[in-house]
Amino acid sequence: MTWNGWLQIALMFALVIATARPLGIYMAAVFEGRSTLLERALGPLEGRFYALSGIDPKREQDWLTYTIALLAFNAAGFVLLYAILRLQHLLPLNPQGFDPMSPHLAFNTAASFVSNTNWQSYGGESTLSYFSQMAGLTVQNFVSAATGFAVAIAIARAFARSSGSTLGNFWVDLTRATLYVLLPLSVLLALGLVALEMPQNLSAYIDASTLEGAKQTLAQGPVASQVAIKQLGTNGGGFFNVNAAHPYENPNAWTNLLQNWAIFSLSLALAVTFGRMIGREREGWALLSVMVLFLAVGAAVAYWAEASGNPLMHAMGIAGPNMEGKEVRFGPALSTVWAVFTTGASNGSVNAMHNSFMPLGGLVPLALMQIGEVVPGGVGSGLYGIVVLAILAMFVAGLMVGRTPEYLGKKLEARDVKMAVLAILVMPLFILGFSAVSAVLPVALAGLANPGARGLTEILYAYASASGNNGSAFAGLTANAPWWNTTLGIAMLACRFGIIVPVMAIAGSLVAKPKLAPSAGTFPTDGLLFVGLLAGVIVILSGLEYFPALALGPIVEHFQMLAGKTF
Amino acid sequence: MLPSSAAPLTVSDPRSIEPHRDGGRALRKRYKTAIADPALIRRGAADAVRKLNPNALVKNPVIFVTAVVSALVTVLFVRDLATGQPALFSGQIAAWLWFTVLFANFAEAIAEGRGRAQAETLRRAREETRAKLILMPGNNREIWEPVDAAQLRSGDTVLVEAGDTIPGDGEVIEGIASVNEAAITGESAPVIREAGGDRSAVTGGTTVLSDWIVVRITASQGSSFLDRMIALVEGAERQKTPNEIALNILLAGMTIIFLVAVVTLTGLGAYSGAAISVVVLVALFVTLIPTTIGGLLSAIGIAGMDRLLRFNVLTMSGRAVEAAGDVDTLLLDKTGTVTFGNRMATEIIPAQGISEREAAEAALLASLADETAEGRSIVALATEKYGLKPPTPEDARFFPFSATTRLSGVEIGGRRLRKGSIDAVLKFAGEAGGRPADEPAHFRAHVERIARAGGTPLGLVDGTRLVGVIHLKDVVKPEIKQRFAELRRMGIKTVMITGDNPITAAAIASEAGVADFVAEATPEDKLRYIRNEQAQGRLIAMCGDGTNDAPALAQADVGVAMQTGTQAAREAGNMVDLDSDPTKLIEVVEIGKQLLMTRGALTTFSIANDVAKYFAIIPALFVAALPELGALNVMGLTTPQSAILSAVIFNALIIAALIPLALRGVKYRPVGAGALLRRNLLVYGLGGMIVPFAGIKLIDILVSSLHLA
Repeated sequence: MTWNGWLQIALMFALVIATARPLGIYMAAVFEGRSTLLERALGPLEGRFYALSGIDPKREQDWLTYTIALLAFNAAGFVLLYAILRLQHLLPLNPQGFDPMSPHLAFNTAASFVSNTNWQSYGGESTLSYFSQMAGLTVQNFVSAATGFAVAIAIARAFARSSGSTLGNFWVDLTRATLYVLLPLSVLLALGLVALEMPQNLSAYIDASTLEGAKQTLAQGPVASQVAIKQLGTNGGGFFNVNAAHPYENPNAWTNLLQNWAIFSLSLALAVTFGRMIGREREGWALLSVMVLFLAVGAAVAYWAEASGNPLMHAMGIAGPNMEGKEVRFGPALSTVWAVFTTGASNGSVNAMHNSFMPLGGLVPLALMQIGEVVPGGVGSGLYGIVVLAILAMFVAGLMVGRTPEYLGKKLEARDVKMAVLAILVMPLFILGFSAVSAVLPVALAGLANPGARGLTEILYAYASASGNNGSAFAGLTANAPWWNTTLGIAMLACRFGIIVPVMAIAGSLVAKPKLAPSAGTFPTDGLLFVGLLAGVIVILSGLEYFPALALGPIVEHFQMLAGKTF
Repeated sequence: MLPSSAAPLTVSDPRSIEPHRDGGRALRKRYKTAIADPALIRRGAADAVRKLNPNALVKNPVIFVTAVVSALVTVLFVRDLATGQPALFSGQIAAWLWFTVLFANFAEAIAEGRGRAQAETLRRAREETRAKLILMPGNNREIWEPVDAAQLRSGDTVLVEAGDTIPGDGEVIEGIASVNEAAITGESAPVIREAGGDRSAVTGGTTVLSDWIVVRITASQGSSFLDRMIALVEGAERQKTPNEIALNILLAGMTIIFLVAVVTLTGLGAYSGAAISVVVLVALFVTLIPTTIGGLLSAIGIAGMDRLLRFNVLTMSGRAVEAAGDVDTLLLDKTGTVTFGNRMATEIIPAQGISEREAAEAALLASLADETAEGRSIVALATEKYGLKPPTPEDARFFPFSATTRLSGVEIGGRRLRKGSIDAVLKFAGEAGGRPADEPAHFRAHVERIARAGGTPLGLVDGTRLVGVIHLKDVVKPEIKQRFAELRRMGIKTVMITGDNPITAAAIASEAGVADFVAEATPEDKLRYIRNEQAQGRLIAMCGDGTNDAPALAQADVGVAMQTGTQAAREAGNMVDLDSDPTKLIEVVEIGKQLLMTRGALTTFSIANDVAKYFAIIPALFVAALPELGALNVMGLTTPQSAILSAVIFNALIIAALIPLALRGVKYRPVGAGALLRRNLLVYGLGGMIVPFAGIKLIDILVSSLHLA
């Protein structure tokens, strides 16, 4: 550990927190339908979209109509993407002449990008045509993030409105999220990245001769534009196989900084948006504090684990941090902070190989995914995820102060608790369920790179990543096989929409309730005690769910390593 | 049977109907059957076994699941026995799992048992009653035929005479009688019931002591007050309250999560080379699921109703008890709640040139024959404060209060003493002197000061001479201020409703420390105030007794009707206070909060317990296959088997240990929500994490020293 390392980590945090408020306020204006500078420029375009698709933007939807619209839109997106991937050899912009994807890989990839997961069972530069990348994946990068936005905004409206019946119009929220938030930010970021020497072209790959005289193919493509939305939309799907560890996808420390900011900026700012929309910004900052708290602790633990290095190596006389699987241009501090940000934010892009982390260093990203992708989670999904956890925390806490539990002025009743429980049930079911089956299934085990506890961690990591809609890969696992592609795809879709539907049901139930005025008997949810309570509930809940599994994976591996046993 | 020894009182004594502050002592004493009562425990134990009936168990998902897996382990134990494998371990696990279920059943049985004795007494009162059914209602009440009370229908009219038990709930349509309501209220002092007005409601099971009444039955059998009371104390009709349902869902959800965590452990364990037996998996599962709160949940609910009943408040639904805990605003009638109800003399101010003693004497004489509460308070003030002795006036001519002169007084030894409103007194002095009397400036100053303080000035005149002013005051009850302060700390706004003018109301409000008041209030004002508060998202509680309170009682979220009130009021409210003590709303609110807090605290405790259980069982499960996991055995438990057994034993015993807390309830402190939560999180959250570490370790020492595992 070095002061320089800590400073780099602190700088990252300072940057994302600093932009949370202006971005949050701007997004609140966008979704409350207030006029912004951009709207004055793009407003007519927005209007034309609605006119073309026959949507009345003034007409709001109740929770069920909103949800059905959302599901229908995503189902259509899934079918379209699957078709593109299967037919890419017939479609244009395929200079390398790639073959169509196999059915299970196409299913996995479509599920992955529609669910904002961006798990990649393929290597982009050796599998996908430019058309598939741009018209297929990049489109989903935008709209899957916008879907997350829509749900988060719907739940914010549920808390903001008193005795209401509608939650907004899905088509309008989807359009505004894309047009006024994701697109302009992506354009700015892509330009910035290009300026920092990231490639952006449609050229065929270049064959180069190295100094040793070997021949090397340098993959090309529209990298910067892809990368911008992959980070902003917490998608994480890399243009290249090794993601942001690739020199074209992350050329230097500046692009690294910019991308790290992009991973986090929107998810964190949405907490502020939430606070603004319900009329009490402080409430949003309380949620934001919980998110930052987890990340700070996670970053500290992971950096400590990686920078301390491997005791077994030290015994062999090799001093220094654990550098296996890390890019020298980033080092342990920037690698761990990326790992923490990318798993905390349900992004999944990597600039180092998590499988090469120390057991406890690898435990941090795994745990950050297992706690439900809520700190701060994916764009939108993190916010509605943490609101669900806050509802459960406030249910128990509300009872403990002797009142019918309420959160932000809305009484929490049986229906809300039922839906919240359903929402938190989905992830452990798929992570643990599929992991347990894969742990004994020979066809699954064939994909593992390592035996023993490390192998189990690879399995758990894969399903946690898929279920959390993260997409981060631990590496080591050879996932492009029917079993893995299919089960991971199912987990991604089930956990994405299996959470969205109960969350929308909660929104529908809450919006109809009157907003109660706080009194001295109401437990304030904008203070330190609430932050501690929510953090405690998140730790206990996920700890209880995953402790046995983690004990058999990274925890036992840590003790085994101390005992001198490696895999 | 119940005590009903009070002698009949004459109907004309109005004091006998004042509410009694020590009301319900008899009932409360009956309820003081401690948890340690051996008879109750015996019965509870028997009921605990009876409650193993799957139909009963299935109502409680957590305990039902525990019972199912207990049965599974029992089968495995029998298999072990039959195949000659070591069965000590599985046998012990099976036994303790069953104990877990039994302790939960026992908790519920004890909670129910406390109400059952009373229910039996009540039921006897109902079954033995005969009624005199009037055959020609409206004509001749003397023509009746004896029928069983059970045969009465709503609309029948019955005659009830001295010594009879009133056969059903109804309304007095003719006559007046003193009634002993001890069977319902536990209060032996009789009350007056008469046709018309606010005291016309009678309750089945109560006894007429003197005179007679004709009652029209308003509730058919099975839905009467007594029936509801029996159902309530027995807990038979107990429906789950909204918060309880929500909590049950959360607990069921937790159970499913742990089911997933435990079942998937077979696969993950197999990968790691650890073969885990079903018995051990079941043990892990049961210790993880929230059996503590699951087992005590219904006992907590029953005990909450029971606590209310011990406070002599009868709820029509558990929903109302929970709502009481949420109340934001409390509407209280001034009279009888905030003040004693009668204005009392607190001060006698002499006019200029008259000594204090002289004025006091004049006031005493003028009030000698005044039997009103005000008059008696003047006599009391004069004798106590000024040491005067009430003379035995001879040749005195008393003038009782008349509505035309608005004066009362006495003429004695040539003195013409009068007291009354200031206008009337000035008029009297003027007439005596042949012209309207001037109101001296100092006199006016006294009068205005009293009026500003919310009091009523009473003039005192002797012929043409103004003697002084008596300060009549609505005296605020001494203890009420403190109670209002307590309510404020609970976050509840108190609002005083009064018919007084705004000045008087404001003065009393500020003296009593209520947050707001409604002066010159009509029933419509009350209703409007409630609706207005509700529209702002607040929950309102109020109490009332009159028929014109009924709409407001029905509109309020918690409406407490007085037992002495009308049938209409009693039906409109969702609680009935058997002591007819309006300040009791405060206790009702506290009990409601206690109920919710106890559930929340035990849920937190139950879940926090799991941390220690993981540290006991996880290393025990895998230490054979992965010896490095022994590092997680932070408690240093002796063997894997003793670790698992100890965790299961702890899990069962903690239910039994917490039964008293479940029945008593977590103490509510009016310190604000934040402080309350911090405290409860510390005690039940942090405490819940630490206690099992110590407990499991202790049991492990015992288990291993006894060589049980």
